[in-house]
Amino acid sequence: MQVGQPNKPFVRGPLLILVSVIWQVSWAVGATSPPLSPTNIFAPASTPANSIAHLSIFVLAITAIIFVVVFTLLVYSIIKFRGNSADAGREPAQVYGSTQIELAWTIIPILIVVVLFLATARVIHAVQDAPEPPMALEVTAVGHQYWWEFRYPKLGIVTANELHIPVSDPANPTPTFLNLLSADTDHSFWIPELAGKTDLVPNHPNRMWMDPHHTGVFLGQCAQYCGVQHAKMLLRVSVDSPEDFAAWVRSQQQPAVEDASVAAGRQVFESTACINCHAVAGTNANGRFGPDLTHLMSRATIASGAAPNTPEKLRLWIQDPNKIKPGSLMPAMQLSDADLDAVVSYMETLR
Amino acid sequence: MSSNAITIRGVQMEEKPWVDTLHEWVTTVDHKRLGVLYIGYALLFLVVAGIEAIVIRIQLMYPHNDFVSPQVFNRMFTMHGTTMVFFVGMPILFGFANYLVPLMVGARDMAFPRLNAFSFWLSALGGFLLYFSLVGANGLYGAGNAPDVGWWAYAPLTARAFSPGHSSDYWTLSLLVSGFGSIGTAINIVATVLCMRCPGMKLSRMPLLVWLNLVMSGMVLITITPLSASQIMLLVDRYLGGHFFDAQAGGSAVLWMHFFWIFGHPEVYVLIIPCFAFMSEIIPVFSRKPIFGYPVMVAATVCIGFVSMSVWAHHMFTVGMNSYANSFFTITTMAVGVPTGIKIFNWLGTMWGGKIQFKTPMIFCIGFLFQFLIAGLTGIMLAAAPFDWQLSLSYFVVAHFHYTLVGGVLFALFAAFYYWYPKITGKMLNETLGKWHFWLFLIGFHLTFDLMHIPGLLGMPRRIYTYEPGRGWDTLNLLITLGAFIQAIGTLLFVANLIISYFKGAKAGNDPWDAWTLEWSTSSPPPAYNFASIPVVASRRPLWDLKHPEDPDSRYE
Repeated sequence: MQVGQPNKPFVRGPLLILVSVIWQVSWAVGATSPPLSPTNIFAPASTPANSIAHLSIFVLAITAIIFVVVFTLLVYSIIKFRGNSADAGREPAQVYGSTQIELAWTIIPILIVVVLFLATARVIHAVQDAPEPPMALEVTAVGHQYWWEFRYPKLGIVTANELHIPVSDPANPTPTFLNLLSADTDHSFWIPELAGKTDLVPNHPNRMWMDPHHTGVFLGQCAQYCGVQHAKMLLRVSVDSPEDFAAWVRSQQQPAVEDASVAAGRQVFESTACINCHAVAGTNANGRFGPDLTHLMSRATIASGAAPNTPEKLRLWIQDPNKIKPGSLMPAMQLSDADLDAVVSYMETLR
Repeated sequence: MSSNAITIRGVQMEEKPWVDTLHEWVTTVDHKRLGVLYIGYALLFLVVAGIEAIVIRIQLMYPHNDFVSPQVFNRMFTMHGTTMVFFVGMPILFGFANYLVPLMVGARDMAFPRLNAFSFWLSALGGFLLYFSLVGANGLYGAGNAPDVGWWAYAPLTARAFSPGHSSDYWTLSLLVSGFGSIGTAINIVATVLCMRCPGMKLSRMPLLVWLNLVMSGMVLITITPLSASQIMLLVDRYLGGHFFDAQAGGSAVLWMHFFWIFGHPEVYVLIIPCFAFMSEIIPVFSRKPIFGYPVMVAATVCIGFVSMSVWAHHMFTVGMNSYANSFFTITTMAVGVPTGIKIFNWLGTMWGGKIQFKTPMIFCIGFLFQFLIAGLTGIMLAAAPFDWQLSLSYFVVAHFHYTLVGGVLFALFAAFYYWYPKITGKMLNETLGKWHFWLFLIGFHLTFDLMHIPGLLGMPRRIYTYEPGRGWDTLNLLITLGAFIQAIGTLLFVANLIISYFKGAKAGNDPWDAWTLEWSTSSPPPAYNFASIPVVASRRPLWDLKHPEDPDSRYE
């Protein structure tokens, strides 16, 4: 075996990879400006997401060390023990095994597993078994094909697709506890920067919680395949300051605005199939199959985030939902242009 | 032990009409021909499911792309997953097991040749049923329909309310039928290994490939059963008014998950263990050393077999199990890492101090070792339940299991093709094309699946037909698709190599790799009866003993 071959380039390989891995991780972890992504699991903004991110870094570090050690050994053995044609006829020493070595590479991994397990079990317990403080906000989230229903039972609010919750001061925490239900198939509630995901399974209520540490809009979407439009079941969580949240609650508790100038639109809305699925508080529209429209204009998006809430998109949506979200369960309403305009004007008043 | 084909004057075969040849292949009960049928059938589906993957990747190249409709996209990922697992992975590995196990234990056929043929044709019917859904699911007027419930087909998406028509029925029947085929083959392999070994081949002298296929078959027997049961329950729900999984009527969606994953997780070991078997045969030959720690390798495999039966609910960390259940499945899942790690270390120990020959089978094995190492480590990350609450159902998981199934299983299969093709056809595969295939596929693989981890960390869920711009996913997805095309070109080179070498390849001879197990003692391809006289072995490496009478293994065992 020719040993003169310099080993240096091959040592540099794994080192480079290690450096690049560390660089990538720190690049992903560092919540530098501008943010890499609004849905980065390494930019946690609440306690559950934060403890998960810390555990994740720990697990990444241990696996990175294992990777570097085994990778180096593999590369070394490939370089060192490559055959050459000079002594092709001779076989190397035939070694069958070694009990000591086998014991070593059995016991060391077992110890690593024990450490990893203990660290993991601690976080499982801390997140899953956290007691609910009396100040907590209770929200019921119901997954539908393909939108989210949010109910605040103690506040008497029903809304859709855009969840509003208060920021939680660590000194005086006001976390939000979600009851997760499903009206049809499986869904999964996932806002990566606030918490890990939890599924919404029919006939199997689940719970999760989050206590956002700063205000802002957090994005996410349904993570469990739920049918044709699983991709456009998007999710927005608005974390409000206590004052903003109180104001939002007050406005949501109002009945629907009654505006005489759009009576024609309201007449069309209430005399067509719209009211079979949609509710507008204080009117005879009390359908529950689709999103509650009482305060539609307080939301930034329609169709579960598939389009911005503009008059043009709203009109297109009512005219032919398949143009925005093919496979959506809302039917095209087949309204005349005049009726369509009237209904859109009515919707525009539901603030 | 020399057992070349017996040639008798005057009894030489004459050119037969093609109908006769076809008839022979359709009615064959020869384990080698059935092995080749399994492999050919799986390669056909590999190309089909590969095209489905390319459609998925083209659709995801850009945000808001509309290359295919959401309905078609959902069918594509369902068919891609189902086909790859049930009609590529399992049959191709059964094919190699069928071909190699009798040869390696010095037998003339499997224990039950007719059951063997029956099992193959059942599996073939399963694949046919799955693809017949394209025309059958909604009748001809709805041609182009296909199952669209994902390869796990979670309830209640498969209930008639959410899956009208017959696409889910075709999916269910296809898995039920091919499952019975798998059970038949597994029984056959177990019986062959236990009863058909040649004189001298004690269990402790069996090649590791045989041992590992024995464990795999045992796992198939245990795990296909709940899968078949759940398929029957689903049919009862859909047609006989049952409510097993009908959540609206008090049934349980979670019950389906348990049934599916108690099959589904051991299933990935059913796919990977035969690949460990390829590693354990090929690495020693090209390192010119016996496998390091044979008894430990056997023990580790059996250990993986048992432990992997107790890890299934790590697929369900987000379903809402209590903290004790989540902790239990965390520790069992991490525990599987120990015997798996032992295997990697033993392959490393085999190469250590050897004289490694970088022939195409060996470089694919080396690729396997690196990639399987990474796949195992991302598996540890997913085993940590809280980390999984973020990673599960995201592209990180997709990257992880493709690392296992492409970087692991497919690389091992390529190694097996380059290694045993000379035995099966009598011709060597072209080394130059092989090297091109390796490097192209390696580059494409890493471009696609290394990068695919990152969108998962950035919150991209799997199974979405389109995505929003501005989430940091755009460039990554474009590069991932580019890698998929490079892999496709590599695969085409491989298929070209299979065809060209069959006609123009160099003659292989009985033992082109200077190997040590019994299949290399007979001619290439082996005659129908495998061995003119049944071999007698005295060690784990009978051909080493033959080639080195001055220093036989039998002296140390």
